[in-house]
Amino acid sequence: MKAAVIQFPGSNCDMDMMHALQDFGVDATLVSHNATDLSDYDAIFLPGGFSFGDYLRSGAIARFSPIMDAVKQADEAGKTIVGICNGFQILTEAGLLPGQLMQNEHPGFLCDEVKLNITNADTEFSRAYPTNEITLPVAHGEGRYYADQATIADLEKNQQIVFKYRTNVNGSSDDIAGITNQKGNVLGMMPHPERAIEAILGNTDGRKLFESILDN
Amino acid sequence: MYFGRVYVSYKQSVLDPQGEVIKSGLTHMGFNKIESVKQGKYFEIKFAAADMEQAKQELVKMIEALLINANTETYRYDLKELED
Repeated sequence: MKAAVIQFPGSNCDMDMMHALQDFGVDATLVSHNATDLSDYDAIFLPGGFSFGDYLRSGAIARFSPIMDAVKQADEAGKTIVGICNGFQILTEAGLLPGQLMQNEHPGFLCDEVKLNITNADTEFSRAYPTNEITLPVAHGEGRYYADQATIADLEKNQQIVFKYRTNVNGSSDDIAGITNQKGNVLGMMPHPERAIEAILGNTDGRKLFESILDN
Repeated sequence: MYFGRVYVSYKQSVLDPQGEVIKSGLTHMGFNKIESVKQGKYFEIKFAAADMEQAKQELVKMIEALLINANTETYRYDLKELED
């Protein structure tokens, strides 16, 4: 698999994502947000961080980076697109995923490990998990997923919700931690699977997400 | 030249944690009759346009394309022509 990791000004999980992908033998390349062509890649990863300093709203400025037209084309071509944390925020602002990520319900930055339920085990991002209960790191100040009730009902009906917090740590609608688009090729999630792939760091629950993607 | 002032606020249904914290701060200071606080955003934009009608259309386009996220935010604005 050839993967692109998009580097926005202010991305800070780009190298973690590169490290994780390379650990799985993926041919991964860092691609500037100013690039305009992603046709060489099978999968696109938008990493965590604070693109453009989170000015205006998290992800709101990154959405206008030149690369985003190529990301939309990749979506139209049905390619795998993964947005982690700030990447999720960018994908919602860009309209590739519904809803919006807002300031946590309780003030402050949340840096912790949280328990999650896999609420759809039949996606290209969750298939390899043998269990429905996993633990992943989170690190965000704006991770409260918000969508109106009609959108939440649609997400539930279409089984687009992949991960839910077992304890709602940030006030997200419907406990949502990660969703796909309706086609199922775009994933956005606040927790960080790329930070949970090595036993020496205490958590390997992120590995099955990468294995799921690579199994496709 | 035209001068637009844009006021962005959360929709009624959306929780505003910053507003809640500010309310709590004010209450601790002794302002104990506060019912609610909502924090919003304010923008001033100077720009050129052919006439008032075009200026209005341009400003609304700018607001809806970038300044707000329609999922959670609403806006109002006022607009005036500046003397040269």
